[in-house]
Amino acid sequence: MTAASRPPVDVLAAGGIDPRWSRTVDVGPRSWHLLDNGPTLDADPVGTLLCVHGNPTWSFLWRRLVAAGARAERPWRVIAVDQLEMGYSERTGEQHRLSDRVADLGALTDRLGLVGPVVTVGHDWGGLVSLGWALDHPDLLAGVVLTNTAVHHEVDDAMPAALRVATARGVLPVGTVTTPAFLETTLALAHPRLEPAVAEGFRAPYRTADRRSGIGGFVADIPATADHPSRPELERIAAGVRALDVPALLLWGPRDPVFSARYLRDLRERLPHADVHRFEGAGHLVVEDEDVAGAILGWLDARDAATPPEPSDAPYRALGTTLVERADDDGTALIELAGPRSRRVTWAALAARTDQLAKGLAASGVRPGDRVALLVPPGADLTAVLYACLRLGAVVVVADAGLGVQGLTRAVRAADPTVVIGIERALVAARWLRWAPTLVSAGPLRAGVARSLRVDASLDDLAALGRASTADLPWPEPDADAAVLFTSGSTGPAKGVVYTHRRLAAMRDVVARTYGIGPDSPLVAAFAPFVLLGPALGATSASPDMDVTAPGTLTARALAEAVRAVDAAVVFASPAALRSVVRTADGSELPALAGVRLFLSAGAPVGIDLLEAAATLMPAAEAHTPYGMTEALVVADVSLDELRAVGTGDGVCVGTPVAGVRVALSALDADGEPTGEPDELPGITGEVLVAAAHVKERYDGLWLTQQASSRDLGWHRTGDVGHLDDDGRLWIEGRLAHVLVTADGVRTPVGLEQRAQTVDSVVSAAVVGVGPRGAQQVVVVVQPEVFSHGPVVAEPALAAAVRGALDGTDVAAVLVVEHLPTDVRHSSKIDRTRVAAWAERVLAGERARL
Amino acid sequence: MLGRAVAERLVADGHDVRTLQRSPSLVTGAQDVTGSVTDPVAVRGAVRDREAVVHLAAKVTITGPFAQFEEVNVGGTRLLLDEARKAGVGRFVHVSSPSVAHVGRSLAGAGAGPADPGHARDSYARTKAAGELLALAADDPAGLRVIAVRPHLVWGPGDTQLIGRIVERARAGRLPVLGDGAALIDTTYVDNAVDALVAALHADVAVYGAPYVVTNGEPRPVVELLAGICAASGVPVPRRHVPAVLARGVGTVLDAAWRTLPLPGEPPLTRFVAEQLSTAHWFDQRRTREALGWTPRIGLDEGLARLATWTARQASATAP
Repeated sequence: MTAASRPPVDVLAAGGIDPRWSRTVDVGPRSWHLLDNGPTLDADPVGTLLCVHGNPTWSFLWRRLVAAGARAERPWRVIAVDQLEMGYSERTGEQHRLSDRVADLGALTDRLGLVGPVVTVGHDWGGLVSLGWALDHPDLLAGVVLTNTAVHHEVDDAMPAALRVATARGVLPVGTVTTPAFLETTLALAHPRLEPAVAEGFRAPYRTADRRSGIGGFVADIPATADHPSRPELERIAAGVRALDVPALLLWGPRDPVFSARYLRDLRERLPHADVHRFEGAGHLVVEDEDVAGAILGWLDARDAATPPEPSDAPYRALGTTLVERADDDGTALIELAGPRSRRVTWAALAARTDQLAKGLAASGVRPGDRVALLVPPGADLTAVLYACLRLGAVVVVADAGLGVQGLTRAVRAADPTVVIGIERALVAARWLRWAPTLVSAGPLRAGVARSLRVDASLDDLAALGRASTADLPWPEPDADAAVLFTSGSTGPAKGVVYTHRRLAAMRDVVARTYGIGPDSPLVAAFAPFVLLGPALGATSASPDMDVTAPGTLTARALAEAVRAVDAAVVFASPAALRSVVRTADGSELPALAGVRLFLSAGAPVGIDLLEAAATLMPAAEAHTPYGMTEALVVADVSLDELRAVGTGDGVCVGTPVAGVRVALSALDADGEPTGEPDELPGITGEVLVAAAHVKERYDGLWLTQQASSRDLGWHRTGDVGHLDDDGRLWIEGRLAHVLVTADGVRTPVGLEQRAQTVDSVVSAAVVGVGPRGAQQVVVVVQPEVFSHGPVVAEPALAAAVRGALDGTDVAAVLVVEHLPTDVRHSSKIDRTRVAAWAERVLAGERARL
Repeated sequence: MLGRAVAERLVADGHDVRTLQRSPSLVTGAQDVTGSVTDPVAVRGAVRDREAVVHLAAKVTITGPFAQFEEVNVGGTRLLLDEARKAGVGRFVHVSSPSVAHVGRSLAGAGAGPADPGHARDSYARTKAAGELLALAADDPAGLRVIAVRPHLVWGPGDTQLIGRIVERARAGRLPVLGDGAALIDTTYVDNAVDALVAALHADVAVYGAPYVVTNGEPRPVVELLAGICAASGVPVPRRHVPAVLARGVGTVLDAAWRTLPLPGEPPLTRFVAEQLSTAHWFDQRRTREALGWTPRIGLDEGLARLATWTARQASATAP
């Protein structure tokens, strides 16, 4: 037996721990060590955060939270305990069961005379102990915060492999006590690696086998079997959590080999009201990897300031209503052109298929609110299953191949669907990359594939189930989640964006209103999102014969064929698709395209030259290009005529906000930060803010990101930077993340790039900053018409021409590259972050590849 | 070059100026004291009845015995500070160099870090670092006020240090570009350095006691700078690229050779020079500009134009 002690001063110093926070407390025969910032608080705390570490860490894990709580304004008392046998608390030599640990913690807080409100904070097995305490102290409890933990484990489920090894007979004492292997393995899970001094801080209380006995005891207490002595307490806590109605926050590091996605899913299911933030890239030691202390305090502050959303009584017409109304209509709903595999689907057939799939999904156990990932190329199948999910109330997760396999995997895992419906290629990935437990095939599978992938059903199976079903499905609530879409991830990992049914319906309405699309305006959609909107708009739609994931495969002939098939009035395409159409046009398609009254270039910025070229192929059509983003699909719109009239300016003119949308700017300050209040005055360069009924509901599992993006009540922060002109037109000057802050002030990239592109031999240009923010130097990286593998610094003549075009801005360097990298999805947005990182290295004298 | 230019400026501004240097300065309107900064008598005579001292004396060569650098750059500074204090001088502007704080590879937008005699890159930088520490330690709010100003790579018409070396090598076809030649390097046109030193003399004493880096604030890829200087000086623009790693290796070997063998003059390339020419050196000027109330008057392009004019005049003066 060794009584509790205070950590050595060097350990406290390594953790930036005020020595006054560290003390020992006797509770009956037991002595505890804990960190408590109470004695150093200047003002009365708002409440107490009771922090419980897991195995094999100690209160050191919470050092930054203890420090952060001791702030001047609205401080929180933070108590972080070392559990018995752990850290610097007593080594009793006894085995502590889960129920003992929960009771011991209660005895400690009684001894401390803890008063409410208390918010518990737990990591790893400390999460379970903290929840046990929470259930036992309902009078004190005001909230729970959990980080990479689990409350339940089905006895039948395989234990995480890492723990299976640790608990295997014979391995347990050697792995956890005799050697520091378990401790070292845990510390190695930090991303990025722990600073050496911090790692030493974690090791400090566990130097000898004697000191480590608690680590082994903790692992031995994992109630993995039904007859384990700690099983009843686990079951009690797991069941009790469902009844917790206090605010809850789940902060999660997804790169955790122990507490994997299924434990987060289980927690979300038990605490459906919880706010969730997944720190992409962080792991088991998320508390070390990310600013968890800041997140917790930010959450506590936001809970205090939160205003409940006003219930909407705006008229609402579900997205799927049109389909149901036209269930007896034998007219064409959609035509899918694919050579010999072309299909024509009537409204009646589409409505029937949708209805059957909805009922089939319901019959096979998919409930409203369940997430269903659709990895099906745009076309009749995707349309039917999408509307079926919307009808049922299942939340569709729509990730596109444009994110790349890695991005797609990250995106789907983050959305955590229970079902994946996909074509064979997608199902293979879904099985091997563990995207979802249940797989449904959309389309034929090769012989044997269904079995080897354990595919549970096909769409035809579901439709058959649905035909046999007599269930009467209720329509989902307007404000229930309907869909998760993904951003293109051009500035970081793709983010999931949640839409409710009401917001999707508003998006349909804004498209209908802005472009006058309805039953009498057949359309051709060569841009995925609009393929899906046709049935909602009541418009007959055709998808041309092309690989939708590769817009550059659309030919003029294929476009003409699609227009002819539905006598289309409207054409939607991405700039890449339009470029391809212009390139492949030979004049033979002109008669077919003569009837088009409107064509839209959507998805990425488009040059006026390309619009001009496309307009010559569709002479009767008005050319428009909408400005929007995954979080607000249509914000503003501009026509080719207007673009011609406005000429050049600082940035790209994206036109005036469409009806129902308000746009404001949050002015950039001298540090390039958008600190201004929302302002609709012209001439202010700032972050673009959008307010509209069809703006996203929230980011998915990204509570902090959502907070930041919605910090101005009623506005969505887009991350784009621009200004309004005197005529109310919006000009986009770049991404907030790409703003340069030089010694001479803030610079935005797009306008400068446009000027660089006026130099004859320059095809495209990226303007980036190198050096520390505030003292950044402006660098122009150009892709010349003719690239020769010479020096990376531009020849004097080119450099002089570029500098001349950017007169008024000091350009430190002009560099030449063969090709500027662009985003995967649209292949049109220059990846300035990558260019900047490259330029930074090259201009430091290093060798680097772009 | 910088010393003469400062003296001339101060004379022009109407100040009573005295110069101390090893050979007569011949600055019109200034009192000439000939002597070494290591000679107590000469130094005492130079600082007598002065309100302020601008200390530009230093051994700046690339090679040489460490003791020689130490004697001038540390010993001379100590002597000058002592005598200035004794003479009741009010202000002491210590001219230093950004290299005193340069211990790593690249400096991109760096501030004026603390001088580090233990880790600076060569004898010059180490002894200048020690000298700057001495100078700043001597700052006394109740007596002698000291400020350290670190102009980076000062150049201009008639400069023999930087321009002279570049032109000589380029003319001999011995000026390769190291690596891509993309490393960003900031320099200081001589008039701007003079302005900054005069501004330091007049600056609010509240900003004294600290070092400030002075540059044009216009970093450029080294290949562009060399090309600009060569073009303005009428010598061939360097075209030959040599891998930076190779150059550093050659520099290291030549350093050793010149250290151990009785070879005349300076080695054609030292490791220090190779590093300087292949890594970034540019600085955050915001703090300096605010403290000194100074901004560079002559931009890089204007400076190069003046260099070209000077070159043309030299050429016509020497033409038969």
